[in-house]
Amino acid sequence: MEAEAAKLIGAGIACIALAGAGVGIGTIFGNYLAGALRNPAAAQGQFGNALLGFALAEATGLFGLAVAFLILFAF
Amino acid sequence: MATDNAEHGGGGFAIDPMHQFEIKTLFPMQFGNIDASFTNSSLFMVIATAAVIGLMLTGINRRAMVPGRLQSIVELSYEFIANMLRDNVGSAGLRFFPFVFTLFMFVLACNLLGMIPYSFTVTSHIIVTFALAFFIFIGVTILGFAVHGLGFMKFFVPHGVPAYLLPLVVPIEVVSYLTRPISLSVRLFANMMAGHTVLKVFAGFVIALGAFGVAPGIVPLVFMVGLTGLEVLVAALQAYVFAILTCIYLNDALHMH
Repeated sequence: MEAEAAKLIGAGIACIALAGAGVGIGTIFGNYLAGALRNPAAAQGQFGNALLGFALAEATGLFGLAVAFLILFAF
Repeated sequence: MATDNAEHGGGGFAIDPMHQFEIKTLFPMQFGNIDASFTNSSLFMVIATAAVIGLMLTGINRRAMVPGRLQSIVELSYEFIANMLRDNVGSAGLRFFPFVFTLFMFVLACNLLGMIPYSFTVTSHIIVTFALAFFIFIGVTILGFAVHGLGFMKFFVPHGVPAYLLPLVVPIEVVSYLTRPISLSVRLFANMMAGHTVLKVFAGFVIALGAFGVAPGIVPLVFMVGLTGLEVLVAALQAYVFAILTCIYLNDALHMH
């Protein structure tokens, strides 16, 4: 198999990481909404933590994207 | 990735989504072997710094007791970072307020400047974000050793771990500590680069579909409006996350869990 074809396949496989990112982000905001429905007064104070958790979960998916770019353009 | 110019950028488009990240030299400068040219990246860093300094100085010029709009912006950004430091590090953390404030405003300005059409996003290059994250990591580690001496190594031994698990847990803790600069830098870099690449790809769709008439071209354009809004949100959010993670790492160094 030529290197160019293998790179494209590798980059496609690296995108499976986005599944984990989706699950993580959904979990964070789902729990935030469930908690906010139970205790609306405390919801605003925790919104910053929800955003921080979202960014950290998103970062994991983006590490997969970084690996895809590494495979595509750096090798 | 930074010097991708003639490579096909992933797709059969005539428009290359990677072309926007290209570094162009504006004023060549050489110091011996080192290429220290003034590039478009340097230009936008200067613009970001000048914009933040201009905003701060203009905002507090009036010193009104009841602040006007610009002074409110300056005061709100001050309080935002001061509260972030106080909540995450404690009152000892306010020593680092100038550093965290500069860091947050610089990253925010660079990210937001990249949203202007035809501009350049400074933080979409890994070397920029890695330089920031690396020096934060080095600074925080040196701070930890300065405050706690060699006792800082106890940071890698969590509370209540039985002795027979330590040979497994301590290397894991050390490795996860050493990956902090990598995760910090890649998070910001990947968000910025992916966002701008997606915007460029959809812009290519507008042109490609627009060749068939106005109506097919409008659909990706509407999607792009939503995406641009999302990108502005991501720009601000990533600056906030960068700053708050710096505060958390500072807290780890100063107060060790």
